[in-house]
Amino acid sequence: KCQNHKPKQSLGFTYASPFKKTEAKTEIRTETETEMGLNINPIKSTKIRQSLEQLVLLGIIVTTALMIWQGLIYVTGCESPVVVVLSGSMEPGFQRGDILFLHMSKHPIRAGEIIVFNVEGGDIPIVHRVIEVHELQDTRVADVLTKGDNNDVDDRILYAHGQDWLQQSHIMGRAVGFLPYVGWVTILMTEKPIIKYVLVSLLGLLIITSKD
Amino acid sequence: MHSFGYRANALLTFAVTILAFMCAIASLSDNLNSPSPSAEIQILNINWFQKQTHGNDEVSLTMNISADLQSLFTWNTKQLFIFVAAEYETPSNALNQVSVWDAIIPSKEHAKFWIHTSNKYRFVDQGNNLRGKEFNLTLHWHVMPKTGKMFADKLVMPGYRLPKEYR
Repeated sequence: KCQNHKPKQSLGFTYASPFKKTEAKTEIRTETETEMGLNINPIKSTKIRQSLEQLVLLGIIVTTALMIWQGLIYVTGCESPVVVVLSGSMEPGFQRGDILFLHMSKHPIRAGEIIVFNVEGGDIPIVHRVIEVHELQDTRVADVLTKGDNNDVDDRILYAHGQDWLQQSHIMGRAVGFLPYVGWVTILMTEKPIIKYVLVSLLGLLIITSKD
Repeated sequence: MHSFGYRANALLTFAVTILAFMCAIASLSDNLNSPSPSAEIQILNINWFQKQTHGNDEVSLTMNISADLQSLFTWNTKQLFIFVAAEYETPSNALNQVSVWDAIIPSKEHAKFWIHTSNKYRFVDQGNNLRGKEFNLTLHWHVMPKTGKMFADKLVMPGYRLPKEYR
């Protein structure tokens, strides 16, 4: 009868078993170094190496996220390719907390499109529907009027003083797709910034303390 | 490798991926639908037609709008936003689109309808070009899905004309 021996293992030594495929890096190194007669403290250098690896991993994750985001900006042609619906002015179609995917193409703005625009001097983008378009001959420059589906009046009161129409320069993009509820995370983080800090530090902690 | 944290993380990632995938599939299924909508608009009366104090022409009209948009609804449709726009050309503007009426259709049952209404929004021109103007009334619809891609189309009904004189 063939009995299978599990080789004894401790931090410093492994009874060599050619059949056992996985061996901790620590253990190999220790074995070869002691065999070579070197007197390096293996534990300390391994810890430094591990933390460096964690740091590089963190850096890779952050830069990958950044690359994806910038890539999206390039592909959609919008400064912010995804926006969160903040108000109820487009209900029942878009509720507060939904997210909208934006795209800006060269096609001229037409009535009925849902656009995201910034009023001069305003910092919060507004998502409303185009109800009037007046496009000049030749230059194709257009005056646009918008209104929220759930509002009774058009957006002229929201525009800057004396401004009756929106122009292409005010428009950030067209809404082409949407996902419900996903935006609540952003709303919570904006309205209670402490959640943002807690989340980011938790994430950092998780990555640093993970063993692989 | 088997701690609670790892398992929770793996579960959450998997759940989010599956949900995103399901939303994408739901949206793609909308492409299988081949709609056949129909509509008719009758202008019953031009109530008045004036040049306003701000210098622009304005029209008030009463219309009969009837439509059957039931074939546009799929299981992934949340609502249909429809509007009627008067579309015309003027010497200064290559295209003018003015929405005169809109509605939200929340379900398939409401999508076959008939309504007698005056224009919900003011039909105001940029200028005084409306006398005798020939225009189209276009019924646009925007399908707003439960998740995914929104799409829109329209039905152009040409051949309407405004009176030659103010009244």
